[in-house]
Amino acid sequence: MTLFDGIVIGGGHNGLVAAATLAKAGRKVLVLEAAAELGGAARTQEFAPGFRVSSIAHVLNRLHPDVMKTLELEKHGLRIARADFIPSVALSKDGPALVLHGAYGEVLTGASSAEQSAWKELRAQLLRYAGILKPFLARRPPDLGGMSLLETASLGQTALALKKLGKEGMRDFLRVLLMNVADLLDEQLADDRLKGLLAFDATLGSHLGPRSPTSLLGLYYRLAGETGGAAGAQWLPQGGMGAVVAAIRAAADKAGVTIRTSVPVASILVEKGRAVGVALDTGEELRASTIVSAINPATTFLDLVGPREIDTGFTRKVKNIRMKGDVAKLHLALDRPPRFTGADAADHKGRLVIAPSPDHVERAFNPSKYGEFSPEPVMEVTLPSLADASLAPGGACVLSAVVQYAPYQLKEGWDAGKPKFLAAIMAQLEAYAPGIGKTVRHAELLTPADIEKRYRMPGGHWHHGELQADQMLISRPVSGWSGYDTPLDGLFLAGAGSHPGGGVSGAPGLNAARRIIAMKG
Amino acid sequence: MAQATKKKPLAAAPDLIAAARIAAQSHFRTLRLGTPFQPRLDALAKTQDWYNWAGYRAPHSLWDEELEYFAIRSQAALFDISPMTKYRIEGPDAEAFLDRVTLRDVTRLRPGRVHYTAWCDDEGFVLDDGTLFRLSPTRFRLCSQERHLPWLLDSALGFEVTVEEETEAVAGLALQGPTSFAVLRDAGFAGVDKLKVFDLAEFEHDGATVTISRTGFTGDLGYELFVAADKALSLWDRLMTSGEPRGIRAIGYTALNRARLEAGLIVANADFTTAEHAIRADRLRMPDEIGLGFMIDLEKGHFNGRRAILEARTKRRLLHVLVGLEIEGNIPAEHAIVYYRKSQEVGLVSAAMWSPMAKRNIAIASLARPYGDTLVEDLWVEIYAMRELQYQKLMKRAKVVARPFIKLDRRTSNPPADF
Amino acid sequence: MKAWDAIIIGGGHNGLVNACYLQRAGLDVLVVEKNDWVGGAATSRELTPGFLYSNCSYVCSLFRPEIMRDLELPRFGLQVISYEGGAVFTRDGDYLANYRDHDAHRREFARFSKRDAEAYDRYARDVTRQCRFIQPLLMRTAPDPTSLRPRDLGELLYLGKKFAGLSSEEMALTLRFWTMSISEFLDEYFETDVIKANFALSGIIGTALGPMSPGTAYVLLHHYMGEVDGSVGAWGYARGGMGAVTKALTASLKASGGTIRTGAEVDHVLVSRGKARGVVLAGGEEIYGKLVVSNADVKRTFLKLVEEKELPDIFLRRVKNFKIRGSSGKVNIALDSLPEFPALPMDSPVYRGDMHFTDSMERMERAYDDWKAGRWSADPFLDMVIPTTLDPTMAPPGKHFMSCFVQYAPPKVNGRDWTDADRDGFAESVIAQIAEYSPGFRDRIIHMEVRTPREIEAEVGLTEGNIFQGELTFDQLLFNRPVPGYAQYRSPVGGLYMCGSSTHPGGGVMGAPGRNAAAEILRDLAKSTSHMSLAHDVI
Repeated sequence: MTLFDGIVIGGGHNGLVAAATLAKAGRKVLVLEAAAELGGAARTQEFAPGFRVSSIAHVLNRLHPDVMKTLELEKHGLRIARADFIPSVALSKDGPALVLHGAYGEVLTGASSAEQSAWKELRAQLLRYAGILKPFLARRPPDLGGMSLLETASLGQTALALKKLGKEGMRDFLRVLLMNVADLLDEQLADDRLKGLLAFDATLGSHLGPRSPTSLLGLYYRLAGETGGAAGAQWLPQGGMGAVVAAIRAAADKAGVTIRTSVPVASILVEKGRAVGVALDTGEELRASTIVSAINPATTFLDLVGPREIDTGFTRKVKNIRMKGDVAKLHLALDRPPRFTGADAADHKGRLVIAPSPDHVERAFNPSKYGEFSPEPVMEVTLPSLADASLAPGGACVLSAVVQYAPYQLKEGWDAGKPKFLAAIMAQLEAYAPGIGKTVRHAELLTPADIEKRYRMPGGHWHHGELQADQMLISRPVSGWSGYDTPLDGLFLAGAGSHPGGGVSGAPGLNAARRIIAMKG
Repeated sequence: MAQATKKKPLAAAPDLIAAARIAAQSHFRTLRLGTPFQPRLDALAKTQDWYNWAGYRAPHSLWDEELEYFAIRSQAALFDISPMTKYRIEGPDAEAFLDRVTLRDVTRLRPGRVHYTAWCDDEGFVLDDGTLFRLSPTRFRLCSQERHLPWLLDSALGFEVTVEEETEAVAGLALQGPTSFAVLRDAGFAGVDKLKVFDLAEFEHDGATVTISRTGFTGDLGYELFVAADKALSLWDRLMTSGEPRGIRAIGYTALNRARLEAGLIVANADFTTAEHAIRADRLRMPDEIGLGFMIDLEKGHFNGRRAILEARTKRRLLHVLVGLEIEGNIPAEHAIVYYRKSQEVGLVSAAMWSPMAKRNIAIASLARPYGDTLVEDLWVEIYAMRELQYQKLMKRAKVVARPFIKLDRRTSNPPADF
Repeated sequence: MKAWDAIIIGGGHNGLVNACYLQRAGLDVLVVEKNDWVGGAATSRELTPGFLYSNCSYVCSLFRPEIMRDLELPRFGLQVISYEGGAVFTRDGDYLANYRDHDAHRREFARFSKRDAEAYDRYARDVTRQCRFIQPLLMRTAPDPTSLRPRDLGELLYLGKKFAGLSSEEMALTLRFWTMSISEFLDEYFETDVIKANFALSGIIGTALGPMSPGTAYVLLHHYMGEVDGSVGAWGYARGGMGAVTKALTASLKASGGTIRTGAEVDHVLVSRGKARGVVLAGGEEIYGKLVVSNADVKRTFLKLVEEKELPDIFLRRVKNFKIRGSSGKVNIALDSLPEFPALPMDSPVYRGDMHFTDSMERMERAYDDWKAGRWSADPFLDMVIPTTLDPTMAPPGKHFMSCFVQYAPPKVNGRDWTDADRDGFAESVIAQIAEYSPGFRDRIIHMEVRTPREIEAEVGLTEGNIFQGELTFDQLLFNRPVPGYAQYRSPVGGLYMCGSSTHPGGGVMGAPGRNAAAEILRDLAKSTSHMSLAHDVI
């Protein structure tokens, strides 16, 4: 008895995007979410009485324009105005902050004029190069084995875009592509605050330091994203990240998607090499010709499908996906808004970054290689309640920070390590916002181990797999299976573990849905 | 400063531990190991003609490679198979695990039975072939040419099963030839007559157990015996004593290799390249390409390589075929190139000989399809026969024939012949 | 005034290879070398009576056999002896050895892990496949991907065809290989830390990266591409020390009529109207040449020997941005007897190979963290060999020469120049590590030569003491080496060429840059290259 054409496992933003896109193409789709609430790591949650915060992802900077368009998200309440772009503020302990305004620093303040023009040049260059990579976000990675005409054509377009850079531009592009970010910054910039900010942004969410080769790719990945039509722009959604998910959900509802929450999937049913349905924790079995897994690839294959139904080489590859997160999330309920040294009122509504220099970021990274947390962590802080009073009780303030490096496998264990790490973070915050410690009403620190448990993200990794060069494009999630299909007929992947990767972009979900629609039958 | 100075190695290592370690380290002094039967082999090795079999010193021949072959066919030949890689696979999921790893349906392999099987990587390329012994409902022994521990362990994920390499711990002997049954019976292995081909049973030996199976690599009546390494010599002596009136002789690999070719059996890394050792992408082979397609059971549950094998079959992507050839004349065509219409190169002979039993010039060859598959006419082999420092080039007609090249009723007849 | 057909600046191995090929093509060649001896970093000097050191480079494996044959180096005394083994000593008094015999090797690994012992074959297969893909590229000029010239397109097509010849699994691995860390790569095969450390060292030698840095998997390939008489991946000693390589090259050059002037430091390259006309020595002497080839690294060549005004801005900027941070040092020791390692039996072949003390990935990576912080490693990584166990010519009978390659050593210490005290501290970190495993080691020392990046730069002329004349990261490989747009041995100055390790395919005593540069020069001169062997087939 088949009630649905497709079942989507996981009601995170990618699952919802995939479901809505399939439904709009006329498929009958069911979404199964294990938690009581949709949204995965892109929810708005109460963490202290009256204090609400975006759960993991807190800044929107890469929701893909094709997703906006396909799902008509503006109609469903997601409107992003240029005026809402938030600045990036590179904090300084004892001096004025340096601020990138507009879409990733259209205007730079707080720096020397020489630095301003150097930045202008570097920014333009980064955007140009990121632009070359941008078209890859919205399509399947090329299949090296047998390339279709369409794929060859799209690669041809890339070659053409490269040519447009001019000879020297193309040469520089090919030189810097896999470089480390620290060296590039040293080549072109002088201000440690600016370099620290960029080094932080390049390595955020990955197990790399700014001196690690290929770390520049992280910056490209960020700048290949766009918000409100502007590359690199950032936005704090009104109502938190949950509002974005609500808009996608509205689109899904309108397209006729059926959504069930609090229904954990126990397994994917396989018959003769084909996925034919899912079994729920309750024992209920649901069948459909297309199963879309918008959750973690390792969970999908090792837990839901099970290694018995897949080949050993593939299991090896899945097990070899590196996905041990280094990022912790901090939520503070504060009596009143903090004051960060050297930042003005407008800056406080932006993204406040503590990463004083690339060397500092590198030093913060070092211990994570050995299962130790950074004694002086680097972080990105937002105060969402400043712009959206609904998130905190009157006069009080919500602080949301993404902090690294916090290795998933802490040598001493997170039970013992968590209070120590929280103390290290608070010491950093205190240094940049003196007095903040005394205003903390409640603190919630989510280590990668907590994130894993709460959001079903193995390793607590928000990309569901390290987003490094060897796990990108044709190697994501694993080589040979980068095009959203899997060794099991009828089973597709649609989560951040697939190309192009994580962040609230919806691109994996959209690409997967397009792939399914394009397949015959 | 230097952390290195803080710790002293060899601080207080107890003598016993140190002694054990030194013993374990000293293998670099013995590059070729002896098998548990080595004292007996050494005593018989009149030719002193050794080769390296997986790190062991193994005989090419012991006294006369021609006559050793005839010992297989007319008496009983004893061949030391201890260097063969052996894995002990045990646990409640052992059957399901092996069914998932190997091509054939293991659920149909009853306890007390043996089958010849093969296993593939994800792309459907053959990792190895070997024999699977079902010792009990939950205990198996897998014997193979190459080593596969990482593959087996990684495949065991999700199964309640243990995989243990036991090559050194278990000694093995092949007793092959028309009088082999009589030798075993006279040695006192009561009930060995009940073993049908591919049966196995356990017997008492020297206060321990020996596993005897009616299997072998010769196409003849024959048995294989596995025993704990410390009981190896007494087993050897027991067989030699009882076999003496039956003409038992110890033999080396050259003789065995001839017998196996007559039986049409293939050898990994001689007739095909195993997938984990193939450096060149075009050397990989699917089961259907080396004559092992019969093992594939698409009706059973999932097994490794299923998807790729199925796809290759449906999309007709099988590129090679392994065939038996009968070649005119009597000059062995070892490593000869196979031609179509004497001009177009279509394959290579991997093993060849003049078969004394078949009185035919036989060979095993790998051909590029459709040659050897649908196109079997007008095939030739070019033999480069080195004679007194000159190649005599011969272009000989080759005919694709069924394997085995010889079929001996005594291999399967029951009760086993008492010669 | 005589004008040479070609003047080669620097008598390192690549300069000499280049000179030999040019001379054999009929050019009248002069090599000018600042030191009183030739050899650059491939040199053997007697610093204490009776002992011949391999002062810098100490292993001969990468040197292309095609070049040895073309230049008749065996006839001029070059002989390479393969290592017999190798080992990593472990902190608990044991060691993990590498043996040449496949089965002994497996049994040795099985002492630590049966699984890893059996995983080695697959690892070796995958690495071999990658080496086979890259090896033929060593002896070819890298194509300019921005060029539409038929030759570049042809080379690109060759690359594309080679790539297309791989299976899709290999392609995927090839792409990952360029960007993975050696640590991550090894994690996919092995479970035992000391076994991983044993392989990882090839991923870091000579680089300013740690084993956990992306890109180090490629560095491993770079070191595996060596061969000793067809045995790919084998490492060996040059009989008579590494100086034997350049000694043979010198003899070969002289036999074909070439000229070498030692003690002749070049102050700058003579350039007029955008073309190189010769060189001016430090003493002011002018030597004229129709073309000039620099064996010096790209920074030294264009930032010290050529005036800025002769160079386009973009080129100059790229040269300045060239990464050439030194990461290693060297401690050469004359010993009055063979050191004993209680862990190692005296009849072990490991004495005739390379020995290491870094038995975990973490120790190796932490050594690198020190370098990043501007310090030499407190617990350094050593690649230690005693060549006299196979080559008695290097020391008096019964005495031994030991070469310790040491990583990591930064080009500057805490941002300032090295001092003699720093150098002594660096040496002590090495001696202390060896003495920990070899009691009484200090008492055997007769003489010691310690070379930090400072000494390497001062004596050999390698900028920042970088032994590869530039880091081996993707942004500085192939068509990016040394700088984009000038990866084909030519420079913006007419008649001025590069032939050092700063150029493709990079460092190590390989000779390929010198050879490839000669091929390009002869092409420009429309001269025959029939005396140059093509790369050996990889079949």
